[in-house]
Amino acid sequence: MVLDGVDFAVGHGEAVGIVGPNGAGKTTLLNVLAGSLRADAGRVELHGTDVSRAAAARRCRLGIGRAHQVPRPFGEMTVFENVFVGAAAGAGGPRSEVYDRAIESLDACGLSALANRRAETLGLLHRKRLELARAVATNPSVLLLDEVGGGLTDAEADELLATISRLRVGGIAVVWIEHIVHVLVRGVERLVCMAQGRVIADGEPAAVMRDASVIDAYLGTAVV
Amino acid sequence: MTLLLVESIDARYGLLQAVRDVSLEVEEGETLALVGANGAGKSTLLCTIAGSHRPAGGRIVFDGVDVTRVRAHRRVRMGIALVPEGRRLFPALTVEENLLVATAAHREGPWDVEAVLEVFPLLRAHRSARAASLSGGEQQATAIGRALMTNPRLLLVDEVSLGLAPVVVERVYAALGELSQRGTTIVLVEQDVGRALAFASRVVCMLEGRVVLEGPARDVTREQVTDAYFGLARAGAV
Repeated sequence: MVLDGVDFAVGHGEAVGIVGPNGAGKTTLLNVLAGSLRADAGRVELHGTDVSRAAAARRCRLGIGRAHQVPRPFGEMTVFENVFVGAAAGAGGPRSEVYDRAIESLDACGLSALANRRAETLGLLHRKRLELARAVATNPSVLLLDEVGGGLTDAEADELLATISRLRVGGIAVVWIEHIVHVLVRGVERLVCMAQGRVIADGEPAAVMRDASVIDAYLGTAVV
Repeated sequence: MTLLLVESIDARYGLLQAVRDVSLEVEEGETLALVGANGAGKSTLLCTIAGSHRPAGGRIVFDGVDVTRVRAHRRVRMGIALVPEGRRLFPALTVEENLLVATAAHREGPWDVEAVLEVFPLLRAHRSARAASLSGGEQQATAIGRALMTNPRLLLVDEVSLGLAPVVVERVYAALGELSQRGTTIVLVEQDVGRALAFASRVVCMLEGRVVLEGPARDVTREQVTDAYFGLARAGAV
């Protein structure tokens, strides 16, 4: 059992971080929310509508956007074209709207200057931004972020935090999985800690990270 | 005497830098535990020492010899043995055959199949069983046994207790303790920090590819490790 009776709700515009040791079920939870994995039991609702049986592509159109841990852009397409794909396949709409949304997403993620670069020529930071821009272009009301801060330098992480906080001004809710806890706690108001498929703590980030059960879950129970 | 010297090691996987300018020294006979969150670079560091991952920069010196450009199988012959994450046994071979594979290193020493079975009595009943049929603990014991068969001076063990039942973890650590007493230098990666602090003489905590805490295990507190592990001192607010 990877997820075991996980319950949580995310408010409009709220940013929730999900932490937990390796194997806690964080990515599986994101898969269940995004629709790339169907839960054996339980329900996923978006704006009060049950989407548990909706496929990932449909959920994306309904407003669940996702940035994956390992960006896999279309390498031979330009940065703009990649984001355009997200805009068209996500919320869609008339071509001019899709176009505008792609431009806005590029701008929000600081990629405008690189719009005509081929995606395969990007470095890690810009690939992560492209992954984010592509998810944002789908026009999500909930943005699922999977380890978007991994492998970044401190300065790059600061830029990422600034980008995400800009996006949130527009009212996007965020569910963010991140191993880099010290980055995550600066980008969310609430932290949920999972261990062995269950939620073991849920609350204000500093309090959750001081919680003895959270520390034990990561470091092992004290034997000394 | 310094057995292992790691000097300014950088290691990458494509675009991702997993180890950033890590330096450390390991004395002969010492037990060093590497702890840190997932993705901190512990396993990669171990692999650069073993020679299974080539560093992008820096130097690895073993027993006074620069081995940075020496290939993994040659390092085994020099006395460096790695127990990799996931054990990596030959599933179709028996326990005994898996152990005997390591004799290809041609290193003289006290370790043979019988000696391994003595340290890991749980393997005795499975001597002729295929590795694929073993439990996680038996596989880990076989993997450590295989490394011992090379008569290493430096034993590198990745994720010692991952996926093992508590009682098996006890046994594995008891065996590692015995090896240490016999003079084998051990560098291990352990998720269970309490366990690492209890076993090792020195602990190194990594965060995002860097060493953020280092000290004798008896002097390092759980609180210090917690702060270093999550990097929360850097977050300011927490």
